[in-house]
Amino acid sequence: MSEPLLKVKNLRQHFKISRSFTVKAVNGVSFEIFPGETYGLVGESGSGKTTIGRSIIRLYDPTDGEIFFNRDKISGDLSKKIWRRLRKNMQMIFQDPMSSLNPRKKIGDIIGEGLDIHKLYSSRKERNEIIGEILKKVGLSPAHAERYPQQFSGGQRQRVGIARALVMNPKLIIADECISALDVSIQAQVVNLMKDIQHETNCAYLFIAHDLSMVKYISDRIGVLHKGYLVETGSTREIFSNPAHPYTQSLLSAVPQPNPVVEKNRKLISYDAAAANYENRTMRRINDEHFVLD
Amino acid sequence: MKNILSIKNLDITFRTNAGNVHAIRGVDFVLPQGKTVALVGESGSGKSVTMKAVTGLLDQNAVINSGKIFYNETDLLTLSKKDLRQKINGQQIAMVFQDPMTSLDPTMTIGEQIMEGMFLHKKISAADARKRAVELLNLVGIAEAERRMKNYPHQLSGGMRQRVVIAVALSCEPKILICDEPTTALDVTVQARILNLIKDIQAEMNLSVIYITHDLGVVAKVADFVNVMYAGKVIEVGTVEEIFYDPRHPYTWGLLSAMPDLETDDDRLYSIPGSPPNLLHEPKGDAFAPRNKFAMKIDEREEPPMFKISETHFAATWLLHPNAPKIELPAELKSRLMRSRKAAGYE
Repeated sequence: MSEPLLKVKNLRQHFKISRSFTVKAVNGVSFEIFPGETYGLVGESGSGKTTIGRSIIRLYDPTDGEIFFNRDKISGDLSKKIWRRLRKNMQMIFQDPMSSLNPRKKIGDIIGEGLDIHKLYSSRKERNEIIGEILKKVGLSPAHAERYPQQFSGGQRQRVGIARALVMNPKLIIADECISALDVSIQAQVVNLMKDIQHETNCAYLFIAHDLSMVKYISDRIGVLHKGYLVETGSTREIFSNPAHPYTQSLLSAVPQPNPVVEKNRKLISYDAAAANYENRTMRRINDEHFVLD
Repeated sequence: MKNILSIKNLDITFRTNAGNVHAIRGVDFVLPQGKTVALVGESGSGKSVTMKAVTGLLDQNAVINSGKIFYNETDLLTLSKKDLRQKINGQQIAMVFQDPMTSLDPTMTIGEQIMEGMFLHKKISAADARKRAVELLNLVGIAEAERRMKNYPHQLSGGMRQRVVIAVALSCEPKILICDEPTTALDVTVQARILNLIKDIQAEMNLSVIYITHDLGVVAKVADFVNVMYAGKVIEVGTVEEIFYDPRHPYTWGLLSAMPDLETDDDRLYSIPGSPPNLLHEPKGDAFAPRNKFAMKIDEREEPPMFKISETHFAATWLLHPNAPKIELPAELKSRLMRSRKAAGYE
């Protein structure tokens, strides 16, 4: 197998709230993402999925652990050169398309900001061509570059968010709940768009979501988080057909299925989350593509 | 079966700076006693507005052009705002809102919030109200209810808060519970528990429940009947089995296919092209026609009436007209329906 694009080793992210109180949001999480694949990160709210995404793209300073991206070490203090490489090659799509676009900027300038900073064009004309091209790719029209975010619907704005990430031609895109604020039919449009782009550019996704049916549909491999620990990781097929960790089992038993007879006879598997203690556990290998926290 | 709530030909316009938005264009809806009915549709389809009309919570700029809303034998639209508030809201019809983070008052203890409605609507002593509030907290599955009475909302998790919101809604023993996206803000495991809780309480208190949601998984779990709304109209109605195993309206097909089930492995998800119409401009003919690949000439001219498929199943699409050409279902939908019928042992 090829070399991983992103390697997260023993990542810890703690937030000191006061002298006596520290939130341990992420505790010793390790996983890898390969070029061109989609890694799904699932778990309940507060399990640390968003924190992991933000630590990787260095919106936070990791407390401990190492992160490698494209052979660069991107945890700890970085040189200017590596910062620039990281900022260009890793992009993020945010959850809420209503609040993640600057209302005072035109769409073209929102998308073009990264191009401006990294000086990825030689003339004004070329810049506008790149922006027009990317707008077309996400199903908008080049004329939209002159408009402001509030002139668009939620689905269209999320397309702008995707265009903003794509224009940098990144190797990894962190998609943090990027479809959960959208209507079902619009979700399908956005997911299809993300898949098409992956086919075309071979970029990898870290897909963070709580909708397990969608995660299953889009991901090649999945990591299940609980209380800041990665309790299980493996190929999508393995996780869904042989979930090994009791938390994963309870999570999967709760996924609502659009099938009334099945849904009405379903039994929930309960899991005593309060009693769970994951400290000092190690990952056990089940097979080449499946690991569980014992 | 007796209908505890029935809406007849409801028609609502909003006056806005940009012009009149015809948000509800003739909605018919029934809620049979003791049953659960789901209202499904995209944002802007009119689900919430319809239910706000029932509870008299419409914004100032809304004009009800026509229609009747019967609660038992009373037409709610003929009542004054004051009567509606004193006699119906809370006591007969209660509502659970979408976001448990914002629907509780952060400056009141949860005990006070549960008792508030009782003091307002009933002659009840403080001691009795307290006792009842503790009972309700137990009913919605909150441990150590006595102690929790003194907690403020910020001391509770999202799931617990939604339980409190349900307890508040149930405090005056309503007959109808309207749940507006009650679990969208919650995790799947918590969601499943809350939905089960509402179901148990429904059986215990003989409640009739209306769900407003766009999550078809939730609908499949809770509903007896489903109303699919599009552009201010109900375009298909049926039992939950009829809608999920034998849908007839192309919009319902689109909704079902757009949501992957755990079996979906197609390369692409089916998505409904385009976006819902802007009701600032009245659509001509069938409002769904521009997004419908099965649209015919008549769709552009004339709105389809409700065609009857069975005693309980109706759909508004010209495809059901006896003269309409036979069409082949999209392949992905066909395999999806086969799969779910088989899993359910349907027919």
